Amino acid sequence: MVQVRGLVKRYGARTAVNGLDLTVRAGTVSAVLGPNGAGKTTTIETCEGYRRPDAGTVRVLGLDPVKDAARLRPRTGVMLQSGGVYSGARAEEMLRHMAALHANPLDVTELIERLGLGGCGRTAYRRLSGGQQQRLSLAMAVVGRPELVFLDEPTAGLDPQARRSTWDLVRELRADGVTTVLTTHFMDEAEELADDVAIVDAGQVVAHGTVEELCRGGAENTLRFTGRPGLDLGSLLKALPDGSVAAELVPGAYRIGGTIDPQLLATVTTWCAQHGVMPERISVERHTLEDVFLELTGKELRP
Amino acid sequence: MTTGTDTGAGRYSPAPGAAPLPRMIAAQTAFETRMLLRNGEQLLLTVIIPSLLLVLFSTVDIIDTGSGASVDFLAPGVLALAVMSTAFTGQAIATGFERRYGVLKRLGASPLPRWALMTAKTLSVLVTEALQIVLLTVIALALGWSPEGNPLAVLLLLVLGTAAFSGLGLLMAGTLKAEATLAAANLVFVLLLVGGGVIVPLEKFPDVAQTLLGLLPISALSEGLREVLRHGAGMPWDDLGVLAVWAVLGLGAAARLFRWE
Repeated sequence: MVQVRGLVKRYGARTAVNGLDLTVRAGTVSAVLGPNGAGKTTTIETCEGYRRPDAGTVRVLGLDPVKDAARLRPRTGVMLQSGGVYSGARAEEMLRHMAALHANPLDVTELIERLGLGGCGRTAYRRLSGGQQQRLSLAMAVVGRPELVFLDEPTAGLDPQARRSTWDLVRELRADGVTTVLTTHFMDEAEELADDVAIVDAGQVVAHGTVEELCRGGAENTLRFTGRPGLDLGSLLKALPDGSVAAELVPGAYRIGGTIDPQLLATVTTWCAQHGVMPERISVERHTLEDVFLELTGKELRP
Repeated sequence: MTTGTDTGAGRYSPAPGAAPLPRMIAAQTAFETRMLLRNGEQLLLTVIIPSLLLVLFSTVDIIDTGSGASVDFLAPGVLALAVMSTAFTGQAIATGFERRYGVLKRLGASPLPRWALMTAKTLSVLVTEALQIVLLTVIALALGWSPEGNPLAVLLLLVLGTAAFSGLGLLMAGTLKAEATLAAANLVFVLLLVGGGVIVPLEKFPDVAQTLLGLLPISALSEGLREVLRHGAGMPWDDLGVLAVWAVLGLGAAARLFRWE
């Protein structure tokens, strides 16, 4: 659906995107994840045809977003990071207008209800809360029944409930065969929604794959337990698969790193039983995208 | 992808496509016109000020407008002002803020082509002008206006005037910041109201100033309309020429320099 190869985009002396690759498969949700200023918006806006690449190629639905804009625009839905609505327009009126520009739009009343905007359909855009403005903008992106939607920070500034409702909508879009590309700096959003994640930093993709792949690769999961101090970890390690590590962080607190699967957990408890150790507070910590990001870039993801 | 025969085809199943062009342009025109008529400041500029000026200066003898009923002098000038208020001031301010608020950017991602958006804007300006002209004509007739001249010449002046003012308004909206456009468009409105032969005859100004002021689009429009409507002149070619030059310069510069974001 979307193919970006070696994208470079400069603004004056500043390079916003520096050789970025991105592939979006049909019918999936892809997240471009990264901190503010990583080049997410520039990338998505290049796909939307707003920016001309300085180098590299961008193909959306097999078309060039700049040259083939006229053919592409009816087929894609766009949610800008902010704005895009006449300040005096009422929410429902704006959505109806956007619907009128399409051949087979969604039912506007239903969509308004679906996004919890029913109470403010007659409110002028400038008087809507930030979250309501976001949801209207999302509605405008999907009302034309596009094949592909681009959502730039769709849940920035939303309260948890509105966030859930936005996530649900994205899942429904996927279930109905719509492809979604979204940018976010929320790792939980990427984990919840995305089939594929591209982690972007300083204008480049530093890692990409499914959430599973990203959390498995690059970093290992962790098993922790407490027990009697001074256990013979050498003996424990012999029982564990190659590549595992074990350490006593403080007396009595143990950490095992490696591929933590049910087999390994059983091996550890068996070893403990054989050595008369009662392991307490056993916990398995799954690696998060945030950990992956920290390891790859040395930076916190939070803005 | 779900297929059309799939009973599970959900409500969001893709069915993309642009509406037919005439329908998009009609929808956009209606929308823009509605936004404009809803805006209080715009109405002040396009309806209230021209109407008040017409009534005030026709009934109160403040300015010496030469021989004949003052409404015969004022009505053409106020019609010219109405065209300027909509095509230039109103359009510049509205478009400037649409650019600032990302409306133009967002519409750029919709199926509506840019040229169709500009067509809709022009149609919206023409619809508004038609409403203004009807209103002002009714007021002027009630004040005893007796227009003369060739309606075709009037129409041509109005169309060329609209083109000239639209070009300048869009040039401003597409290059300056929205706040700067707001300030400048209002300032120009007031300056041209005074110095453009709208309510003050150009003959009141010194000779040199008269020549220069006569080259302004507002002067060409108000003087041209006055020639025809007051004196029953034929085609005022020199005024039409001035307006045509402004239209070509303004629209040409706007087309080259307009920035959508």
